Parts: sequence; structure tokens; C-alpha cells
Amino acid sequence: MKIFVEVEGKQHEIETTSELPLMEVMRDAGIPVLASCGGSCACATCHVYVDPAWVDRVPPKSPDEEATLDGAFGIEYNSRLSCQIAMAPELDGLKVILAPDAIG
Amino acid sequence: MSENHMIETDVVIVGAGPCGLFAVFELGLNDMKCHVVDILDKVGGQCAELYPEKPIYDIPALPVVSGQELTDRLMQQIEPFKPVFHLNQMVESLTKLDDGRWKMMTDAGTNLVAKVVVIAAGGGSFVPKKPPIKGIDAYEGASVFYSVRRMETFRDRTIVIAGGGDSALDWTLNLAPLAKKLTLVHRRDEFRAAPHSVAAMRELVAAGKVDLRIAQIAGLEGEGGQLSGIQLKDDKGETSVVQCDALLPFYGLTMKLGPVAQFGLNLHENLIPVDTEKFETSEPGVFAIGDINSYPGKLKLILSGFHEAALMAQQAFRIVHPDRKLRFQYTTSSSDLQQKLGVAA
Ligand SMILES: Cc1cc2nc3c(=O)[nH]c(=O)nc-3n(C[C@H](O)[C@H](O)[C@H](O)COP(=O)(O)OP(=O)(O)OC[C@H]3O[C@@H](n4cnc5c(N)ncnc54)[C@H](O)[C@@H]3O)c2cc1C
Ligand code: FES
Repeated sequence: MKIFVEVEGKQHEIETTSELPLMEVMRDAGIPVLASCGGSCACATCHVYVDPAWVDRVPPKSPDEEATLDGAFGIEYNSRLSCQIAMAPELDGLKVILAPDAIG
Repeated sequence: MSENHMIETDVVIVGAGPCGLFAVFELGLNDMKCHVVDILDKVGGQCAELYPEKPIYDIPALPVVSGQELTDRLMQQIEPFKPVFHLNQMVESLTKLDDGRWKMMTDAGTNLVAKVVVIAAGGGSFVPKKPPIKGIDAYEGASVFYSVRRMETFRDRTIVIAGGGDSALDWTLNLAPLAKKLTLVHRRDEFRAAPHSVAAMRELVAAGKVDLRIAQIAGLEGEGGQLSGIQLKDDKGETSVVQCDALLPFYGLTMKLGPVAQFGLNLHENLIPVDTEKFETSEPGVFAIGDINSYPGKLKLILSGFHEAALMAQQAFRIVHPDRKLRFQYTTSSSDLQQKLGVAA
């Protein structure tokens, strides 16, 4: 599957078959995601904005993710922690923007 | 503590995370006295700061233990060795003295001299997260504060506190009686903080003593380093301005390598390379254990740091007690070790 990640206005296309969290897929592809807690939903530095067309198609937020988002900045309705979105075939084509506070 | 007061000890441990704490135990068993420094106001490192309530399942023989409980148990285990803690202090420098010992200075003016230094700095020192708001730097120190050193600084000021965790709520409760006016800004009407502080904050809001605004900070207004107001944006996108002359953002802490980078040790990708026999750095007598070190096959796990502490303590003994012979003993059967632990019959 393909995913599209925008970092500081630049588009990146990632081809993957992984079912790991989006944060790890981005990191493995060389996207500079800070992710300082290593994916344990504790730091909020893997913050992404999910493309409006995809907001309802990614798995919903847990209360823990919502609470951890309190430590992020510029939160919008489509803000998510990318370490909490497991990749899956139905997310083929997913588009996200890496939030400024998640750029390492 | 007086500025020039110098503390001399066997070992200084930089970082009171789980690995720094367990090092006190291994060093103590081998007759070395420790001082431990941490920038946090509490011990436990990541376990206590980032996930006190979350369960850990891979500590040998503890099928499940929370971050805070692990910390509490380590404190109980090292109690017999009476470590001295210097909390709320950052070790800023490390220099070698002519007699071979090491000198460290903290940002609070504490001077420490030791024969051995153990860097157990984890992912670096914990520092407050800085909101990525344009121009915020210009206000820091005069109008924007990431911590409260003296409450009096805030008397009769018009304050905005941002955030929804324990720090935001604690300082709302503490500063509301002093402030001319206090506004608490949080992005949602739910707070991840101690329930009694949330209840106390709600009472102040109901009594008109604190203003609660459900919104996010969009920008700052002011000039010459002095804030005059904060632009807010609510979840409908409506903007407004709150007058204020002080802003306290509490968005949690993040780890930055910090002064350890200037200690003069070899670094590789912000980690300190060590050997796997002694866990010594490029400087003999300076060791690195836990998340901060790197070697082939390193796993950033608490249990790795515990193992590293035990091996490090062997070499530290040779430096601290050069005239003594190192003995290998079990705590189960050695009356000598049991005496040190205060459990001898
Ligand atoms: C959410 C989460 C879940 C985790 N789950 C597990 C798990 O299940 N199992 C597991 O084994 N590991 C787990 N870990 C990893 C584990 O917490 C770390 O491996 C461990 O905390 C490392 O311990 P440490 O003592 O090396 O460093 P840390 O815990 O990072 O502590 C280092 C301390 O040093 C201080 N410090 C640094 N520099 C200075 C300075 N210059 N002056 C003063 N103080 C300084 C810091 O403030 C900090 O308190 C998890 C981590 C997170 C974030
Ligand atoms: S990596 Fe820390 S919350 Fe996602």
C-alpha cells in the first residue's frame, strides 16, 4: 500500500506492506518524526493531521490517546498520534501532515 | 546550600531514573557511597515522570508493576545505603581534577567531587515543552515562565496558565490567591490530573476566582519582552484575546540530551559508547549505564540497565578502593553483605 506524508510543505510517498503503527512506518522511511517515547502514547511528539477525507476511516482514538494529545500543540479535529494508528490494507492511500511539534 | 560548599564522595550518579537508582544498590554492596543528582523534583526518571500509572510486564520476577511502584520499590531496596539526593538540579559540567577525581557543578551551585562518575542520564534531562508559537522566545524570563521558582514573582499579576495536567492545576490552585486575575486555558473540558485538584479548580471557577477557557493559544501580543495579551482559538475556530502580563505554559516535559553533550565524552548519535565489560566511557572512571549508553546489541530496557549497573560497580570498586581485593559474594549467604543491607541475624 501507499501512504502520503507531508513534512514542512514537502510531499513524501511511502510504499509499505507493514502493519506496524504509522509512526514506525514513517520513521523507517526516513521521515523525521520525533516520537521521543518510542510509540508508547506518552509524549505526543508523533502528532499528525489526518487528511479530512481519511478522518473517519482510521481507527478511532482511545481515551489514553486523547489525554496524551493534551501535550501537543495546534490540535485540530483531525489531530492524531501516529504511533496509535496501526497500518492496515484498508488504509492504502492514507494522507497525513506531520505536525510542526512532531518534527525532530 | 552555600555556593562554594564542596561535597566529596565516592561516586556521583547523574540521573535518578531506575538505572541510576539500582546503581546505588550495586555500588553500596561494594562499599561505595553515592550522591545522586536529577533535574526532576522526584526520583524515578521516565518511569515516574512519563508513565507512573502504566504497567511494566518485563521486570524479572515482578509479573506486573507500575512505573511509580517500581520506583518506590527501588527506593526501598537502596535505603540501607543512604544515598544523598540532589533533586531539582542539573549537572552542568564535568571536569577532571589533578588528583584524578572528577568535579561536577550543578545549576543550583552544588559542587560535587567524586572518584567515580556514573552517567545514568537516560534520554537526557527532562525539560518543559516549549509551545511552537512565533516570537515566544522574546518573552521568556519576563512574561513567559515554564516553572515557578518563586511564587512572589506572580503577586498581583494577570496570569494565564495553559495546560490540563497536574502542573497546570497545581499552579492554578497555588497562584490564584496571589494573582490579580488568573485564567486557565485548556483545549478540552477534561483534565488528566489528580481528581481532588480538578475538583478544587472547578470550585474556584464556580466562585468566580479563576476563569476557565476551553481553547488553544494561537498567538501572543505585546512588545519589548512584555506580554499584554494572548490570542485564543476555540474549537469552533472563534478567536479572542485575553489580557495578561504573565503566561505559564505547562504542556509536560520532554527529554533533551542537555549538558551531558558538553562533558567531553565521546558521543555517537547522542548516546555514549561504552564497552560491555565495565560500561566505561572514553574517560576512565566515568561510566554510562541505562538508556544513555550504546554498544552492539544494546536494548533500551530497564533490565539491561540493571545488569550494566552490576558490572560497572566491579570496575568502580577497583578505582574507589584500589588497595582492596574484590570479592564475589551472594546476598543470600554472605553475612558481610547482609550486614551492609541491615538484615544480618
Ligand atoms: C511510556 C514508556 C513505557 C516504557 N515501558 C517499558 C517497559 O515495559 N519495560 C522496560 O524495560 N522499559 C520500558 N520503558 C523504557 C524505560 O523507562 C527506560 O529504559 C528507563 O527509564 C531508562 O532508565 P534510565 O535510568 O537509564 O534513564 P531515565 O529513566 O531516562 O532517567 C534519566 C534521568 O536523568 C536525568 N538527567 C539527565 N541528564 C541530567 C543532568 N545533566 N543533570 C541532572 N539530571 C539529569 C533526567 O532528568 C532523568 O530523570 C518505557 C518507556 C516509556 C516512555
Ligand atoms: S511516539 Fe510518543 S506518543 Fe507517539
